[in-house]
Amino acid sequence: MRRKITISELVAAAEQRGCPIWQVVLEREERLQGTERQDIWHKMKEYWMVMKGSLDAGTKPGNRSLSGLVGEEGALLTRYIEKTKPLSGYGSVLAAARAMGVAVVNASQGRIVAAPTAGSCGILPAVLATVAEETGAVEDAVVGALFTAAGVGMVIDEHAGTAGAKSGCQAECGSASCMAAVAAAEMAGGTPRQAANAGALALKNFLGLVCDPVAGLVEIPCVKRNAIGAGVALLAADMALAGIESKIPLDEVIQAMKEIGDAMPASLKETSLAGLAGTPTAREIEKRMNEID
Amino acid sequence: MPARSVFEIIGPVMIGPSSSHTAGAVRIGSIARAVLGEDFRRAEITFYGSFAKTYKGHGTDRALVAGLLGMSGDDSRIRDALNIASTLGLEIRFRIAAEGEEFHPNTADIELTGVSGKRVFLRGSSVGGGNVLITRINQYEVSVCAKSPTLMVEHVDRPGVIGRVAGVLGNNGINIAEMRLTGSNREGEKLMVIEMDRAVSDEVLETITGLPDVTAVIRI
Ligand code: SF4
Repeated sequence: MRRKITISELVAAAEQRGCPIWQVVLEREERLQGTERQDIWHKMKEYWMVMKGSLDAGTKPGNRSLSGLVGEEGALLTRYIEKTKPLSGYGSVLAAARAMGVAVVNASQGRIVAAPTAGSCGILPAVLATVAEETGAVEDAVVGALFTAAGVGMVIDEHAGTAGAKSGCQAECGSASCMAAVAAAEMAGGTPRQAANAGALALKNFLGLVCDPVAGLVEIPCVKRNAIGAGVALLAADMALAGIESKIPLDEVIQAMKEIGDAMPASLKETSLAGLAGTPTAREIEKRMNEID
Repeated sequence: MPARSVFEIIGPVMIGPSSSHTAGAVRIGSIARAVLGEDFRRAEITFYGSFAKTYKGHGTDRALVAGLLGMSGDDSRIRDALNIASTLGLEIRFRIAAEGEEFHPNTADIELTGVSGKRVFLRGSSVGGGNVLITRINQYEVSVCAKSPTLMVEHVDRPGVIGRVAGVLGNNGINIAEMRLTGSNREGEKLMVIEMDRAVSDEVLETITGLPDVTAVIRI
């Protein structure tokens, strides 16, 4: 059987060769699939085009999910930063607005790229689009960043899983935020080690986060968790670029996430029995949803 | 299962909000369409389990109808499927399984009436990640996931018929991965479910349909 990879191996390989993490991931994919490098690259570039499409669709006014529970949050936030200097920084707020936009596109049966899941699909494109603007990175740099993010996601998937039903929202929005943080730090010129630290700093803040969607829909709290997930990724990348290290390395954070996910009761793993889904307001919403014709 | 490719982490490209409610439902619809084998004019759809609870919010109704209309799981028109169907003058009814009725998670029953008046029944479940399991087709209890090209051959239960079907496939260089037989409550009538390594051509389909004792052939 194929051996599981770790973050420390990805970082070590990149350091040894003085290349970015994405290059290590791309070459590994080439070996695993036996496909030509340019085909793999091209496919990822196409996925980025779909992501860009979802970012654009997400900023259109009048968006509304099928249930009508969510829709205009991204637009509200965008309007806010046009008029006000935001407390958490322009880039963070813009990324948060974009992440919600994409998450609403998903909730309204639009076209998205799962990253790593549909519920958490807004975080990665929102962060990468924002970092590309802030750093003046070209499109190919974003495609490279997607490979870095995917490499991190593969490690998480191999060691802990990325399904809310199995490990809670820490594995969906947490993984997405972690992947985005690593990719963002690397795109902004961070070393592989700094990038891994960014991922650890981000993921640590999602540990224990349960999956508790109201009325079973991928809307509340999912859409807003995408916003905060994007913000956390950017802050974690900044912290790591400043030289702050996570005392617990990312591989061990991922292991902790798995253990926490295993210990999580089923009522908090996508079953909508407890957590936010079990609150009086959620029950009220659920009742209303069942009444709509 | 650990991811084998970066595109299992970034990807797939999909229509939201969830692969089991969208891609899976589209797939069930498109299999029902294949079983009918002609355009439909009337569909009665019954939802069970979480499909019954959240089909509107998840757009499961639109996704199923999109499949019935022949759309694929990543078609951006899925969200408009109900409007498209009503513009075409198709009659579609949704029903929620009553409490106490048999329970099936993420399951839909579909009764289709074709333009010729032909009627078929299908029960399918969405089992996650866009995968489905068809558990009933007309009078037959089946277990079809349709991940590989699948042929269903309804036949009279007489010696030789299975060999004849297998022979046609073999002569055309098609490898059978798995074959199962299921009976119905009607005496002497059976269904072969054949999973193959590749799809059969129209020509091969016609040859099998014309074999003695074969009464109907469905290609998925
Ligand atoms: S709450 Fe559950 S369904 Fe929503 S994004 Fe998180 S893991 Fe996905």
